[in-house]
Amino acid sequence: MLDMRVNICGVELKNPVVTASGTFGSGHEYSDFIDLSRLGAVIVKGVADKPWNGNKPPRIAEVYGGMINSVGLQNPGVDYFIKNDIPFLRQFDTKLIVNVCGHTAEEYVNTVKALRQQDVDMIELNISCPNIKAGGMAFGTDCQMAEKVVSEVKKYADKPLIVKLSPNVSDIALIAKAAENGGADAISLINTISAMKIDIYKRKTVLDSKIGGMSGPAIKPIAVRMVYQASKAVNIPIIGLGGISSGEDAIEFIMAGADAVAVGTANFMNPHACIDIIDGIEKYMNDFSVNNLSEIKGCI
Amino acid sequence: MKKVENAVVIENKKIASNIYDMFLKLDDIAKESVCGQFIEMYVDNGVNILPRPISICEINANEGIIRIMFQVVGSGTTYFSNLKRGDIIRVLGPCGNGFNIKETDLSIIVGGGIGIPPLFETAKRIKGKKVVVLGFKNRNSVILKDEFEKLGAEVLVSSDDGSIGFKGNVVELIKEKGIAEKNSIIYSCGPIPMLKALSEFADETNIECMVSLEERMACGVGACVGCAVKVFDKDKKEEIYKKVCTDGPVFSSKEVIFDA
Repeated sequence: MLDMRVNICGVELKNPVVTASGTFGSGHEYSDFIDLSRLGAVIVKGVADKPWNGNKPPRIAEVYGGMINSVGLQNPGVDYFIKNDIPFLRQFDTKLIVNVCGHTAEEYVNTVKALRQQDVDMIELNISCPNIKAGGMAFGTDCQMAEKVVSEVKKYADKPLIVKLSPNVSDIALIAKAAENGGADAISLINTISAMKIDIYKRKTVLDSKIGGMSGPAIKPIAVRMVYQASKAVNIPIIGLGGISSGEDAIEFIMAGADAVAVGTANFMNPHACIDIIDGIEKYMNDFSVNNLSEIKGCI
Repeated sequence: MKKVENAVVIENKKIASNIYDMFLKLDDIAKESVCGQFIEMYVDNGVNILPRPISICEINANEGIIRIMFQVVGSGTTYFSNLKRGDIIRVLGPCGNGFNIKETDLSIIVGGGIGIPPLFETAKRIKGKKVVVLGFKNRNSVILKDEFEKLGAEVLVSSDDGSIGFKGNVVELIKEKGIAEKNSIIYSCGPIPMLKALSEFADETNIECMVSLEERMACGVGACVGCAVKVFDKDKKEEIYKKVCTDGPVFSSKEVIFDA
């Protein structure tokens, strides 16, 4: 009997496929295309304590096999999220994970406090966005800062805390360990890779912010390597992401050590991507007689 | 409701310098589209991952056909230009809000270059007196002029080099001809400098002006927040970013901050 369920720090997902923050809005944007109840979880777009305007456009640059964005976490704030997005997502039989962003530890804490007693299943702490000047990635590239901000936020979180890691570090294992030491219940990786594209005809960068974060199929091998390294370093569940666009890709991350996988840029390439990936995982399990994903998790 | 369909290319031909005229058989998307909306066309070449937003030029809901026009500017549009009759292309749509057509004494339809196509279906749907003002780079880049004339509209043309029509831009031409009336409404799409000048003209003459914008876009459905445009929010009394894909592409010229 094929069992696709996975357990991430006490929260049971019906399958290992979740949406990557920032690529799926609040779920509403894709509800025309797919039944959200089929997803393991929806990780919503980053939410801050107050509304953020985001960066000046252009914010999108396509590159070979991927894209670079410099959106800058534009979001309407946690109050709007609680009032509008939670009731919307609770119409569906899927878990709800809130991605929390901030410039300072205080801002992260404010948002997490606002989410106490709210009807959400988990919190994902974004200490890895390359597109904001203060905070964000700065917390995710320094082990001491990462551990400190995680432990500070953990004090106020009444839900399991996932910490989303940046790939823009020389040793992902150290940062993963720092997040675990800070009290993270799980980690997710990788966020986007710092990148740049130049328009040689205009002699300037495509993005107004010059540098952005790269995602898409081209970054997958880097992400698989980092999930593998992180899984060897920590004893908490891992949500793997970075360029996943097929069931086979998802299986690869699970073999590298991920408990669940997040689908991001693939949603832009194909609005049905999450469903195709769930079906692809199921097919693999059937074809290769895998009854439970724990049989192949971290098998390499 | 938006959906993804496999469209069949019915016709694809070059009609001007770097500009192609394509007809797609689409069924549901064609039935649900309105003027001023756009479709996202996927480039399934294994290299380009993002769909391209292309405005809808003409809709035949009965036969399930959408007509588009696109300019070849990069690898995605080059891929489209090579599609032949019978080829299949994945399309997401319909996207965006489209033009909200209002009854008035005189409708002024103003398009520049590859911004002209979405105005064609719009012009077809506008009842009453209408003037179409089209701006081109030169005589080799003229599109849709004859077809606008066949709709029974007065068509005025300008070009940057004067090789066809008035030498200058569309706003200068509108001023020269003095065509705007008190209750006129402007429907426009084109390059940002044109829309900015048109917006200033609309402010000076106190007439309503709708502008259709474009921006680099990923998802086309409001999720990625990539296609930002700075607008003045009347309620909040502050500048905010809206999304071209779902809040637009059509905006009131009064809310758009062109110098952002």
